Amino acid sequence: MNLLLDLFLTFAKIGLFTFGGGYAMISMIENNCVERKQWITHDEMMNVTVIAESTPGPIAINCATFTGYKKAGFVGALVATLGIVVPSFVVIYLISMFLDNFLELTIIANAFKGIKIAVGILILDAAVTMIKKMHKKRLPRAIMVCSCAVMLCINIFSWNFSSISLMLIAAAVSLTIFILNGAPEQKGGASK
Amino acid sequence: MIYIELFLGFLKVGCFAFGGAYGAIPLIRDVVMSYGWLSDEMLTYMIAVSESTPGPIMVNLATYIGSSQAGFLGAVIATLAVILPSFIIILLVTALLKTVLKNKYIQAILRGLKPCVIGIVFATGIYMVVSNCFGSISAVSVNFQAIIITAILVGSMFGYKQFKKKKLSPILLIVISAIAGIVVYRM
Repeated sequence: MNLLLDLFLTFAKIGLFTFGGGYAMISMIENNCVERKQWITHDEMMNVTVIAESTPGPIAINCATFTGYKKAGFVGALVATLGIVVPSFVVIYLISMFLDNFLELTIIANAFKGIKIAVGILILDAAVTMIKKMHKKRLPRAIMVCSCAVMLCINIFSWNFSSISLMLIAAAVSLTIFILNGAPEQKGGASK
Repeated sequence: MIYIELFLGFLKVGCFAFGGAYGAIPLIRDVVMSYGWLSDEMLTYMIAVSESTPGPIMVNLATYIGSSQAGFLGAVIATLAVILPSFIIILLVTALLKTVLKNKYIQAILRGLKPCVIGIVFATGIYMVVSNCFGSISAVSVNFQAIIITAILVGSMFGYKQFKKKKLSPILLIVISAIAGIVVYRM
């Protein structure tokens, strides 16, 4: 089969059958691209996962772009990335046309009132998981606590301050402290 | 113009969405609220829908918000905008700049960004759970139904973990919450 078509269909399948996004997709991608198709090696897959952690955007998109590029250059990257996106695009677009009508039914509206509560709990649970996995050092902890406090104030008192500004400040603080600690003298080391 | 706003808004989200889908939710809330595209209520519903439908949550939210504001073209523009930064960054990193992520200054920046994202997600989660039960500071109201549902959900999460020794899946939690909503709000 044509490689580009194969890339598109494989990633479309991954996009269509993984729910919940993020890490659920990694095992699907591993299963398809490493084990079955052998497009990339297990080590490469581990590498992309690490890169994905340090770059913005959905992790599945990162993996698709990487695999597509490895196999067929820029066009491959484009085709694989679109493959991931197209199925969910179609599903959500269809839902968006009907959701408002659905919500007019009392029973659906009540269900969504319950679902709204679940979403808050899921976000809180995701944060707790991330905190558990965090570096147990002073600086990251301090940044975490301060950002959390500021973000709470932004939400509670409707402060006009975006979370992106908060992220930029945190990045600047971390970089400044790194430089003030005489980082330029430690040659070659990436971190620690 | 709405198309440009959608593009720029979601480009911003795509550039700063560190920490996976849950890291992106506070950013998307920010953008959606500042442009006044959706109510907090509708956005929360869509987060649940995105969680229960296939594909990356960020992409799903972009598609929905784009479509709700400007139809099919809006959906296409918002979706492309949200994936464009990560697409370009991965291409650059794999093709040209293989060592850029190991640069110690970049590492220092990332060490600041990551805990900040965690703090932001934590604060957003706390705020959502508390405001569901007790309203906002300008309109404090104790919502007993919401408190009951919160208790049911937290109880089933812990119960499942104790009993099955693994985490309750998000989709199952959403299903339980929908049933609880239908039952509790009828009473």
